[in-house]
Amino acid sequence: MTTTGIRSVGGALDRVDALEKVTGRARYAYENSPRELVYAFPVQATVAKGEIVHVGVDAVLKQPGVIAAIWHGNAPRLAPSDDDELAVLQSRRVAYRGQYIAVVVAETPEDAREAAGMLRVEYAAEDHDVDMRPDHPRMYRPDHVNPNFQSDTQRGDPDAALTTAPVVVDHTYSTPAEHNNPMEPHATVALWDGDGLTLFDSTQGASALRSVIAPLFGMPPAQVRVIAPYIGGGFGSKIEVHPHVVLAALAAKQVGRPVKLAVTRQQMFAITGYRTPTVQRVRLGAETDGRLIAVTHDAFEQTSILVEFAEPTAIVTRMMYAAPHRRTTHRLVRLNVPTPTWMRAPGEAPGMFALESAMDELAIACGVDPVELRVRNEPAKDPDTGLPFSSRNLVACLREGARRFGWAGRDPEPGARRVGRTLLGTGVAASTYPTYRAPSSARVRAEPDGRFTVSIAAADIGTGARTVLTQIAADALDAPAGLVHVEVGDSALPWAVLAGGSMGTGSWGTAVVRACEALVAELGRRGGDVPPGGVEAAADTSQEVRGQAEFARHAFGAQFAEVGVDADTGETRVHRLLGVFAAGRIINPKTARSQFVGGMTMGLSMALMEESVMDREFGDYLNHDFAQYHVAAHADVRDIEAFWLEEEDPHLNPMGSKGIGEIGTVGTAAAVANAVHHATGVRIRDLPIRLDKLVR
Amino acid sequence: MTISWDNPGTGGGREARVKGEANTNGDGAAPGPVTVDLRLSVNGRRHPITVDTRETLLDTLRERMDLTGTKKGCDHGQCGACTVLVGGRRVKSCLTLTVTVDDRDITTVEGLSADGVPHPLQAAFIENDALQCGYCTPGQLCSAVGMLAEVADGWPSAVTPGLDGEVDLSKLADEEIRERMSGNLCRCGAYPGIVAAIGQVAR
Amino acid sequence: MRPFAYERVSTARSAVAAAGEGTDAMYLGGGTNLVDLMRLGVVAPGTLVDVTRIAGGVEETPGGGLLIGAEVRNGDLAAHPLVRSRYPMLAEAVLSGASGQIRNMATVGGNLLQRTRCSYFQDVTKPCNKRDPGSGCPARAGDHRNLAIFGHSESCVATHPSDMAVALAALDAVVHVEGADGPRSVPMPGLHRLPGDRPDRDTVLGPGDLVTAVEVPPLPFAARSRYRKVRDRASFSFAVVSVAAALEVSGGVVRDCRIALGAVAHVPWRAEAAEAALRGAPATEERFGLAADAELARARPLPLNRFKVPLVRNVMIRVLADLVEVR
Repeated sequence: MTTTGIRSVGGALDRVDALEKVTGRARYAYENSPRELVYAFPVQATVAKGEIVHVGVDAVLKQPGVIAAIWHGNAPRLAPSDDDELAVLQSRRVAYRGQYIAVVVAETPEDAREAAGMLRVEYAAEDHDVDMRPDHPRMYRPDHVNPNFQSDTQRGDPDAALTTAPVVVDHTYSTPAEHNNPMEPHATVALWDGDGLTLFDSTQGASALRSVIAPLFGMPPAQVRVIAPYIGGGFGSKIEVHPHVVLAALAAKQVGRPVKLAVTRQQMFAITGYRTPTVQRVRLGAETDGRLIAVTHDAFEQTSILVEFAEPTAIVTRMMYAAPHRRTTHRLVRLNVPTPTWMRAPGEAPGMFALESAMDELAIACGVDPVELRVRNEPAKDPDTGLPFSSRNLVACLREGARRFGWAGRDPEPGARRVGRTLLGTGVAASTYPTYRAPSSARVRAEPDGRFTVSIAAADIGTGARTVLTQIAADALDAPAGLVHVEVGDSALPWAVLAGGSMGTGSWGTAVVRACEALVAELGRRGGDVPPGGVEAAADTSQEVRGQAEFARHAFGAQFAEVGVDADTGETRVHRLLGVFAAGRIINPKTARSQFVGGMTMGLSMALMEESVMDREFGDYLNHDFAQYHVAAHADVRDIEAFWLEEEDPHLNPMGSKGIGEIGTVGTAAAVANAVHHATGVRIRDLPIRLDKLVR
Repeated sequence: MTISWDNPGTGGGREARVKGEANTNGDGAAPGPVTVDLRLSVNGRRHPITVDTRETLLDTLRERMDLTGTKKGCDHGQCGACTVLVGGRRVKSCLTLTVTVDDRDITTVEGLSADGVPHPLQAAFIENDALQCGYCTPGQLCSAVGMLAEVADGWPSAVTPGLDGEVDLSKLADEEIRERMSGNLCRCGAYPGIVAAIGQVAR
Repeated sequence: MRPFAYERVSTARSAVAAAGEGTDAMYLGGGTNLVDLMRLGVVAPGTLVDVTRIAGGVEETPGGGLLIGAEVRNGDLAAHPLVRSRYPMLAEAVLSGASGQIRNMATVGGNLLQRTRCSYFQDVTKPCNKRDPGSGCPARAGDHRNLAIFGHSESCVATHPSDMAVALAALDAVVHVEGADGPRSVPMPGLHRLPGDRPDRDTVLGPGDLVTAVEVPPLPFAARSRYRKVRDRASFSFAVVSVAAALEVSGGVVRDCRIALGAVAHVPWRAEAAEAALRGAPATEERFGLAADAELARARPLPLNRFKVPLVRNVMIRVLADLVEVR
């Protein structure tokens, strides 16, 4: 074995799959074309609630190239599932507008789409309710919020404390529905071979997808193989199994040929999830110096008729700041709306918009600098659990960010800076994201020529997982990264947790390190000798992860924004965004920077433009394309910088790393909104910060 | 039935035309697809192919020619992932009917590198980590190639100071790159890397 | 998409003849809107007549104006030195529209004739009087944040989405049309029509009419003109409102002016009341505001687009004030 003595971790290795991606050779799900393939195009419900009474398949079957039209009247029966979204074509009931109710299979994509558009469906429509509002009579307290937090928490007597607190801030904030919109639309190619099913799918978790799909078709997971080496982004929307996957598998089974099914961009607004809209009341009671006495955070949000998805919006308020009296609550209402899902920093992103906007309002009310206000409310231990933090460097991030940004000497007076017709302002907000780790397994193989192959059913959705696992394995093997090949994205590889919760690197990395350690030990026993067939070792981290010591594990950060608001039009542009993060050891500064900056960019986009507009009359999201649902474009992203602190934390994982994929999106919108207030004197408590809210 | 003229020629009037007419089989069934035989020039090679008039260049490339480097991100001309070069100009292949470009030279991301050597922009994208999930990347690259050609031709942009001002490739500002590349969305947020990579090659 | 026949022509006459012979024929320019509408099922031509190979360019007319071929691509138009120097508002309008790729595809004729981006018009599962006459207009009670404040009717509150057309309306452009009965010309404003009870008709053109060119008359003071587009995203998005303006000032008095507004009506909205109020008036911000008020007196905003009233006022004042400063 080669001994390098050079550590890969910490080095700015180029993304190991970059050449495949820049040359177009990287093959994404829909780009697999088995022989004899046919094309499926789904049909969506055009009522938001009701029953299907007739489906005119006969006319469609006469269309050129059409092979099959499948609906609940002729679809194969699926085994029951606890996820009602996956009972695809199993019922007459329509739960939301845009739900898949049929699929047309044809020889060409043109024929499939044209014929699907001709399918006449008659409904017995019922009055729908798509109106999420805090006073909705059907608001209820869910049993828990995602993934498994208490819905409500209380310490002390916040109501009493708020009546006597010298300073009180009491405001309601709201965030709209937002769609993940990865650039690669969800797509599945389904291929049955005997009793086995192969799925080329754009998924954040090959192992998880397999275990969900197999039982629906009455199969053991081993009979399903999910292949997903390249995924064109997910941001949470490719975590859950959405109906199109089932539809593709079902259609392929019905027609006896491989089926390609691509969810269209417009369909994604109904089918593949989104972040729930939220309404959040935040009350802060403080001493005149800004020290918090009481905090309450009450969140209202929606879910669908089919699935209870409870966004954990207020959970950040449980651990963020010290206050003796605290309460957080979550209330949900089930509406005839598409099913919400995970979206980058689910809970934290909308929750911290509210909390960090309120903190800015408190700073102004107390006349305390917003950086200093946060420093004054720094807790010594996790206020929620009482556990010690494994590491918490929020204050250091605020200080370092303030220094780099040039915060010192900031005049807090709103609306006081103007260059030409542009009002300028600056704002700050804190970021945080929990550090999770989940069991996974991995295998490592040493070849006689000195190369190594690491195998794990991880997913690289653009995070750089392949690259950082290469570095982690190289160090664990004491080998140069160039000799290590990492294969991911295939359920035939050792099972692994999905890419979500910013826990990929921590979870997969632990498994890879343990497998490498086992291999090194095995090679040691063999005196370094690798036989012609190679040597393998594997690891499963279930025990290690479940047995880890109890700590409050979170990453922290601080984001500083400078905005310009056009005095005539209210157009707001972010001139500068600077984030400083403390997230354990940074494994690859190049890919990590891209993760932080990418997260901040999504936060900027959330702040200024993202909003899915519910069409109350028809019950669907109206602006279902990229011309109407704006995400940040090149011109919106001027100057974004991410920095990080050296943070040693021995309580995390063998790498000492914290997740970095989501924290960049947390707090950004508040930093921007706070800067807009500083620029204009107008407090926007309802995202996005669009010009119509500012023009006078 | 297929009617086709595979050599449209360059003369005047209706005599010079590619034409595809509807197929009818007289039994009352819906009219079938209209197909046209043509030779498509992609990445320097001419490919004989029969296309449905409804086929977009994007679908022809991806579904018929296995050139899957060109990506479908929205299919409505709103994201830029499908950007290719037609006659040296960047266009959206999702809004281009294949039948309309039989007489044009088409370049896709697969045609940017020559003899296995990455195009300077491809190398700069890797160096600057100008990509994450990689799905918008081929479109960004083709768009950048076309955009730099527009700059070289002296084309202004919406942020060019004074429309009579000189447009100079060697002084191409980041603001100019951002405005000119705004037709290519990137949800991962790789914009700063993309701008840096393009600036590095341009200047 | 419904299957369609395709025919490529190289002269306007043959295009009109081909359209006359084809079933449900439509002309195909850059396709940036038409192909999308076909995919969405909003339109379903039986024949596409591809007019992009008809020869045409940008030519000077004897009086110092420009004759712009309908097939000229938007990108070429905006880059043309004479467009940039004589009618900067036109170049700015085109450059502010869509993206580089779209501008390389879209033609001048197609840009003029593009359809509204009203969400309901583009969704065939919902009613829309423009798409399906008599079916209703959900936008009036639904989402109309981006829709009209001027000239709308009970049946339609859509806006025309073009930037270029706003500048052309301000410049009194003349549209050259080839029809079954031969060539004719249609002035702008006047090409586009208000919705009334026939919102399915965007323009005064009839079936088979082909736009062959746009003539921009000479207007020396347009050499100092401006197009200001307000939008929700810094680039690559439709206007929330826009203002095209040219101003001739001497001795502190407005001698002449041209003002048109975008994204406020079913047509590119020529601000005639504002122009009338300005001619002969002192070139001051106060008078610019009064001119804007004169125009906005005709506005009938809807609940979700009331903000467009102060927005138009502010932007009009700013554009005019900037034009005075430029001098």
